[in-house]
Amino acid sequence: MAAKTTNQKAWFFIIPVIALVAFNALIPLMTVVNYSVQETFGNNVFFWEGVKWFEQVLHSPRFHASLLRQFAFTFIILAIEIPFGVAVALSMPRQGPWVSVCLVLMALPLLIPWNVVGAMWNIFALPDIGFLGRVINGMGIDYNFTQQPVAAWFTTILMDVWHWTSLVVLLAYAGLRSIPDAFYQAAKIDGAKPWAVFRYIQLPKLKRVLTIAVLLRFMDSFMIYTEPFVLTGGGPGNSTTFLSIDLVKIALGQFDLGPAAAMSLIYFLIVLLLCWVFYTLMMKDEEQ
Amino acid sequence: MSTITLKDLRHSYMANPATDADWALKKMSVEWSDGGAYALLGPSGCGKTTLLNIISGLLAPSEGSVWFGDDDVTHIPPDRRNIAQVFQFPVVYDTMSVYDNLAFPLRNRGIAEADVDKKVREIATMIDLDAMLFDRASGLTADGKQKISLGRGLVRSDVNVIMFDEPLTVIDPHLKWVLRSKLKELHQKVGSTMIYVTHDQTEALTFADQVVVMHDGTVVQIGTPVELFEKPQHTFVGHFIGSPGMNVLPCQLDSGKPIFAGQVVETEGGVSAPDGTMALELGVRPEFVSFAKEGIPVDVVKVSDAGRYSVVETRHGESHIKLLVREGESVPADNVHVRLDPAHTQVYADGWIVS
Amino acid sequence: MSKYKWLVPTLYIAFLMLPIYWLLNMSFKTTNEILGAFTLWPQDFTVENYVTIFTDPTWYNGYFNSITYVVLNASISVTVALPAAYAFSRYRFLGDKHLFFWLLTNRMAPPAVFALPFFQLYSAVGLFDTPFAVALAHGLFNIPLAVWILEGFMSGVPKELDETAYVDGYSFWRFFIRIFLPTIAAGIGVALFFAFMFSWVELLLAKTLTSVAAKPIAATMTRTASTAGYELGLLAAAGTLTIVPGAFVIYFVRNYIAKGFALGRV
Repeated sequence: MAAKTTNQKAWFFIIPVIALVAFNALIPLMTVVNYSVQETFGNNVFFWEGVKWFEQVLHSPRFHASLLRQFAFTFIILAIEIPFGVAVALSMPRQGPWVSVCLVLMALPLLIPWNVVGAMWNIFALPDIGFLGRVINGMGIDYNFTQQPVAAWFTTILMDVWHWTSLVVLLAYAGLRSIPDAFYQAAKIDGAKPWAVFRYIQLPKLKRVLTIAVLLRFMDSFMIYTEPFVLTGGGPGNSTTFLSIDLVKIALGQFDLGPAAAMSLIYFLIVLLLCWVFYTLMMKDEEQ
Repeated sequence: MSTITLKDLRHSYMANPATDADWALKKMSVEWSDGGAYALLGPSGCGKTTLLNIISGLLAPSEGSVWFGDDDVTHIPPDRRNIAQVFQFPVVYDTMSVYDNLAFPLRNRGIAEADVDKKVREIATMIDLDAMLFDRASGLTADGKQKISLGRGLVRSDVNVIMFDEPLTVIDPHLKWVLRSKLKELHQKVGSTMIYVTHDQTEALTFADQVVVMHDGTVVQIGTPVELFEKPQHTFVGHFIGSPGMNVLPCQLDSGKPIFAGQVVETEGGVSAPDGTMALELGVRPEFVSFAKEGIPVDVVKVSDAGRYSVVETRHGESHIKLLVREGESVPADNVHVRLDPAHTQVYADGWIVS
Repeated sequence: MSKYKWLVPTLYIAFLMLPIYWLLNMSFKTTNEILGAFTLWPQDFTVENYVTIFTDPTWYNGYFNSITYVVLNASISVTVALPAAYAFSRYRFLGDKHLFFWLLTNRMAPPAVFALPFFQLYSAVGLFDTPFAVALAHGLFNIPLAVWILEGFMSGVPKELDETAYVDGYSFWRFFIRIFLPTIAAGIGVALFFAFMFSWVELLLAKTLTSVAAKPIAATMTRTASTAGYELGLLAAAGTLTIVPGAFVIYFVRNYIAKGFALGRV
């Protein structure tokens, strides 16, 4: 790749993007910052509150509980979706007419509006009219995700696996396809067993796309709102109230703008911080 | 170590090959003697790589069989054939060190670690990689990586044949000859059969004792570089090897003598074309054409200086005849005739030599 | 082992199709059948639910609204992203790396954080309840995404192409439109696909920024679920119809998706 030339006029190319994104990002962010340090009782009357809301949120057991649930959820779905997605990608045909069929069918869940995903799983898992609910109860297990926290978690996780594993599959599959045949042939000649082929050829070549997959799945699962909201409404109780659901409850439900804004900023910072940590760790590894 | 024999081999990538063109490899029987240095030469798409993959076992032939010595290995997988292959683009295991790369084929075969260590160090010295034995393989340059690929073949003491599939494609030009002479040297030291696939005649002619020329899925000639040059068995060989290639001129046959431009062209021995021949041609290399007082009348079209000699392009009617003129000799201006050396003029019927 | 390899994708696809089948199954049932009996396929097959959707403007307008803002968003995002991606892939300039990173951080912003401020912002500028509001708001994550994808594709085009065109006397914009854009057509397709996808599936912002006139179909569905009792058949039919545009789009870009994913830029 030839070196880039220095050209300050390139800024002109970027202005439209900056204008639009800044409009959408900076102004709302300022609003949030503004709310986060003030108290209001309506009528546009504001009182300076300093860092009170931040302290309140950071010490609130409710926030701690949501955050903990969020981490647990994200950790579980990453632990399932990444290995599962790689496994599916590994067993997909490498060429032929079935490739297109697989890709199209697998990508389908990614293009369904998120609330439809929630509604679909609601209908699918309901113990009385849903297929899944009927089957599980038919096996003698008492299952009702609207009543039991464990069942609610199970359903939410299964839904997320259903919804997003394909993203990992597609990424991993694209990564696998970029491995030249010669690598597999050389491994065959060297007498490598399937596990060695995976460990020394496929996994190293997948590292880059898997980095992206982990990052994306981390980000999106950490921001998840619509699907669990439609499926369980955050319940039963607060058992599936993740960070975004809690935030919307506080901001639009209770209209506690100060605490909601403070929580928003803390939330955003956590996502940014974790993404940055992920990113630098992986980049450092790549440089070696 | 043993002779490799291909018997009545034929291969097609299609399920139901119908026409001749559907066969990537047309019927052939070839024998590769033990310890030989072979080059498999031909243009892209002529079936070289297919043939190579059939010998290594990456591909099962549609018809025919492959024998290593007295064993039929046609359906034996590559890892049990005792072969090694170096690919066009370097294949190294990125996450491993150079040492682990070289040790990989041995460890996969369950060889004791002490023996592995001994062998790896021995081979590393042979291919000049001992200084970077514990570096990560991904950090090496392209030629270093190709050496690793080669090394993974050399560490195995049971290897029958080492195959090279255009191994110098991604190597810097100034390193090509270094690696090539290294290969030649290794061949003498190790003594295993080597088959070197390339489309570059210089590479083939400098590396090999025997050159196998392929064209359109067929082996057109097997011979030493000298044989290929002096007696091409097929007009394609004449064209493909040598620069400029052999002159090919249409001719007729009259009572055992070829006729070109209304004149009898002298050749060694009598000529008879097989029945049903479609096209009859004369083949003579530019090296064996000279200007003469009488002979075939031609017009000089172009003279290009190629250093120690000039390539002169002449024309008789529709036919172009090239010849070489040494530095210092002059090109006649008018009333030009050329003469073909009878000892090196061959007659070809539908491309194949006749005598 | 490899003989049974096909089982894994087959079972996985079966798992993916099962809930979709269930939705489809429900959409062809009457409310009575849904609530009254557990049946694996419609006993009392009806297209009543679909008829309702296609004849009731509150339903079919939802589809028009959704498609309007999705198309608007995809075209705006890709159009503004094209020159920006070109600048990032070809030039070095003051603050380029920071700017690129800042753009990407917007992909990391939880929509929930922006819901309320967006509502206030778009009300203040008078765009509330118009497709423009949603199209612009979705630009928050789709524009950075489009820049990111296009930059990847453009970096794969050798710089010599640009230089040759200038030597041949092309002006910048003529070169950009006549030569450069066709070269990265696949990249534009991939970027459009992802912009379409993320705008189509997002609901939180789309719902917050609309009330009546520009209400997206997905939001119409939530309202039905809560106000008109539990009309599950209708809900299922509406849901089924939201899958159709996505399925279409995937089918058309199926050969490009793998390429987009191969760059690892999603």
